[in-house]
Amino acid sequence: MNNLILNNSVRFLALVLLQVLVLNHLNLFGYLNPIVYIVWVVLFPIRKNKSIFLILSFLLGLSIDFFSDSGGINAAATLFIAFIRLPVLKIVLKKTDFDYLLFNLRAISFGKAFLFITILTFIHHFIIFSLTYFSLDSFSTIISNTILTSIITIIISILGIILFTKKK
Amino acid sequence: MQQLIYFIRKFKYFLLFILLESIAFIFIIQHHSFHKSKFINSSNYITGGIYNTVSSINDFFYLKSENHRLIEENIRLRNLLNKSELNLNKDTFILNDSSKYGQKYKYSFAKIINNNFTKRNNTLTLNKGTNQGITADLGVINSNGIIGVTKSTSKNYSTVLSILNKNSKINVRLKNSNHYGTLIWNGKDYNILQLIDIPRQAKIKVGDTIITGGKSAIFPEGIKIGTIKNFKFESNQYKNIDIELFNDMSSIGYVQIVKNLERIEQQNLETSILNE
Repeated sequence: MNNLILNNSVRFLALVLLQVLVLNHLNLFGYLNPIVYIVWVVLFPIRKNKSIFLILSFLLGLSIDFFSDSGGINAAATLFIAFIRLPVLKIVLKKTDFDYLLFNLRAISFGKAFLFITILTFIHHFIIFSLTYFSLDSFSTIISNTILTSIITIIISILGIILFTKKK
Repeated sequence: MQQLIYFIRKFKYFLLFILLESIAFIFIIQHHSFHKSKFINSSNYITGGIYNTVSSINDFFYLKSENHRLIEENIRLRNLLNKSELNLNKDTFILNDSSKYGQKYKYSFAKIINNNFTKRNNTLTLNKGTNQGITADLGVINSNGIIGVTKSTSKNYSTVLSILNKNSKINVRLKNSNHYGTLIWNGKDYNILQLIDIPRQAKIKVGDTIITGGKSAIFPEGIKIGTIKNFKFESNQYKNIDIELFNDMSSIGYVQIVKNLERIEQQNLETSILNE
């Protein structure tokens, strides 16, 4: 249990620093900055009591907002995907109930894990870009930014998950 | 009462979600009003400190370009100095008018420790704050043009509302005539800004230089900003005037902060006219 808390705290700090010090200045192809910190939300262990998880996700988004001067945009988006994570997982796995304690993202098939990460990333990025631009005029910009950034985020997230987590 | 407790128990996660989400939206709305974003900004002790440490490492990679810019500015100032000597020598009498010695603008320098330019609303972080005399609403420039206006400050750090921001509106004018306009950014290319509110009487052509107008109490008049890249003239009005900046907003290191010492005087006068 202690190991779990330590693991998630280290991951929290490492992802925030990685995001604000490296990835926010990456500017791939001139303007694409992958938003990889949401891997924390994907990897957080699933428990019945999720109030801690919701509060921590909110704080994760808020700490990114502190660094990038974006009000509460990241907090709002991260909290939203944290809230819909379990329903999405249930739909992806086509199960209504499963063993919460033993669940491990690496244990399910790659296709399903990929789908799960893709859905969460798309929703998160869409909320971020809609709130940043906040006008219907720039709808095409929002969509193109969402899709392009999501692709890069998903690639980096999956590589990171494969490299840094143990397969059980 | 029992039903209420049952209701809260049943939907407790959803209620927590709604609560936190509304807090986030309050932050977003506060952030859009200019002076209220006191809480969520990168000028606080922790974020400012981290950015400061990282930028001191990054600085080494930009020493060359920074030196180059300093030399260019030195040459420009040296040329100005020579010119003024020439002008002075022409006059036989020198009149010492003490009222002309009143200094209007005070310059100080700071370093950009966090810069972004790819987002829709960009802000910068400076390594100086209220302890060094930085307050809100001071102009930030460098030798190639204007960069933004200071927004919120802490003791040792401050944030700058970049000209690459939805909320930034800078008063500018054409260099060769006195027609005023407003400089905004449409969020596409960080080297191209847009000029609006130019009256149709103004004669503009591609390549004209745009400088700051003296209307606002923030920037001194005559700082070069950029040149007109292209424009359209439709139904007797100028449309889509694109301005190409002299400044490279993706690479700015040291900047100058302009403090207008007569700002309060000017503002008081302007508000007293409005009130009449």
